Amino acid sequence: MERDDTAVVGELVCPAGTPASLRTAVDAGADAVYCGFQNATNARNFPGLNFTPEEMKEAVAYAHARGAKVLLAANTFPPAGQTDLWKRAVDEATAFGIDAIIVADIGVAQYIHSQHPQQRIHLSVQAGAPSIEAIKYYCEEFGVKRVVLPRILTIPEISDLKRQIPCEIECFVFGNHGLMAEGRCSLTNYATGLSTNMDGVCSPAQDVHYEEDQDKNLTTKLGIYTIDCFSCTQSPGYPTICKGRYLTPRKEEGYYAFEEPISLNLARLLPELIKAGVNAFKIEGRQRSKSYVRDVVSSWRHAIDSVMAGDEVDLENLLALTEGGKQTQGAYATKRWR
Amino acid sequence: MQTQVTMGPLLFHWPAEDKRDFYFRIADEAPVGTVYLGEVICSKREPFFSKYHDQVAERLQKAGKTVVFASFAEVMTPRERKLTQALCEDQAYPVEANDASALYFLRGKQHRVGQYFNVYNEETLSRLAGNGAVHFSLSAELPKDVLSVLSDAAREQDVSLEVQVFGRMGLALSARCYHARACDRVKDNCRYACEADPDGMELKTLDGMPFLSINGIQTLSHTGVNLVQEIPEMMDMGISHFRLSPHTCDMVEVAKIFDDVIHGRKSPQDAVETFSEKDYGFPFSNGFYHKDRGYEWKQVA
Repeated sequence: MERDDTAVVGELVCPAGTPASLRTAVDAGADAVYCGFQNATNARNFPGLNFTPEEMKEAVAYAHARGAKVLLAANTFPPAGQTDLWKRAVDEATAFGIDAIIVADIGVAQYIHSQHPQQRIHLSVQAGAPSIEAIKYYCEEFGVKRVVLPRILTIPEISDLKRQIPCEIECFVFGNHGLMAEGRCSLTNYATGLSTNMDGVCSPAQDVHYEEDQDKNLTTKLGIYTIDCFSCTQSPGYPTICKGRYLTPRKEEGYYAFEEPISLNLARLLPELIKAGVNAFKIEGRQRSKSYVRDVVSSWRHAIDSVMAGDEVDLENLLALTEGGKQTQGAYATKRWR
Repeated sequence: MQTQVTMGPLLFHWPAEDKRDFYFRIADEAPVGTVYLGEVICSKREPFFSKYHDQVAERLQKAGKTVVFASFAEVMTPRERKLTQALCEDQAYPVEANDASALYFLRGKQHRVGQYFNVYNEETLSRLAGNGAVHFSLSAELPKDVLSVLSDAAREQDVSLEVQVFGRMGLALSARCYHARACDRVKDNCRYACEADPDGMELKTLDGMPFLSINGIQTLSHTGVNLVQEIPEMMDMGISHFRLSPHTCDMVEVAKIFDDVIHGRKSPQDAVETFSEKDYGFPFSNGFYHKDRGYEWKQVA
């Protein structure tokens, strides 16, 4: 399929943890859907999630028949001696006509570049490349066509970056707000023995525990470590280390040492992001339900179309979608986030 | 290459004079073959110590140590980019690259790859070796079966490997400064809150269990890795460099213990005994090496 890459504007990239979610996302107006196989080759390797090879093949056919793309997330780091699993994922996806493969590891990028030179490569956020030279390195060495930026840059910085790199930019605009530099976090491995980079898991469910006391106060734990405590009136969040509350000698009480449990929502910044040259907008959440995917995708579809048409964006829908209402524009709006 | 103990980059923000004196003592007394200088964590700290670079490097070299400069683990701002470019292009010292922007400038030149750039498999190692990498410091989370395969690849490529065997392990990096956050400040006006914690700022869980240690934008483990028992096994694999990450405990003494084990003057069991006699500021762990939770400590023999 021939495509004019330079012309990509306002592409809506949506998550799919299951074939049903993928169809839902395509039907709700996604330009592209990203998904992974049922193994450690992708960074959302959760039980009950992801695609068999047969499902992936059908998903590509379904999306292509409706003018949408499918992107394979093969964005973990294969441990030495186990690279065959990643190669098989790449080979199969390429054979199915996948539109791009999202990678983080140099070895995987090299394999695609040498074995499937026609296959489009996107650089995963897991590669952690936020600077001109880092991005150019991947473009020049492996022919990367698009970079998914870490959620750490302001819009003026993105605009400046865009003018100096030879590839497209994809930005996260909605969903979980990861705090740590992706691809460089072994907090989960430290607490559970499972690695985010190698096993594709963050805060695995098997190590999550909830403990309730007599007064119905709830403690959430990951392995042996308490991540947060909630009174009976609060709704407890899923325990991830970088959203936990801790004690430090600098503070009298427990505090969110890294970030509060909060979601990213850049709806208000959409016009500026387009002006800055962002080519594609990514929604996080392959672990989310089908109905969540439908609501979020259709709202963002509408918002992007409105901005592109020069109309006012109706933000109400988008703002209402964030769980618990707590949301942030993170680093995008101000350097003071850092 | 000769098997040796190395002194990794000092990750914390110590007063410049303390840092200078630390390196002078390492030069004079520590049995280490290589010393890594250079600020890795925060570019705002960089100016304080740079005035001592030449003095310290010269003293270390006179003592027979190889001096390597490590690049930033995170490069984002124009200033960080400029400093990275200067470090890589000057080539005054060998450079250890800790991110892709350093690799961009080092392609085609002989260089090292640091712990903060992910080298998890033989194909990544070979690809980087093809671009001029001759030495790799590996991530602390790699288990021994992975180290073993990487060692075979390193032998084939004629490059050397380094594993961190002592000190707190860097577990995560962020663009946000958590030291500043703990003081209700932001990175741009941090007023160097990190200087007060020369081994990191302790984070405990709400029920009081020590968990993590904050160093500016970096999150470290509360426990410190100690792989003294695993040294013979790693030497058998062909791993030649064993990195100590500097802390305020007596690093000369730590270096001597590891050097004694490497050269067969002390058994790993005796070394564990020696380590158990003193407080080094953190409990030890070796979980990652044994494919276990990172904080676990296993008596091997």
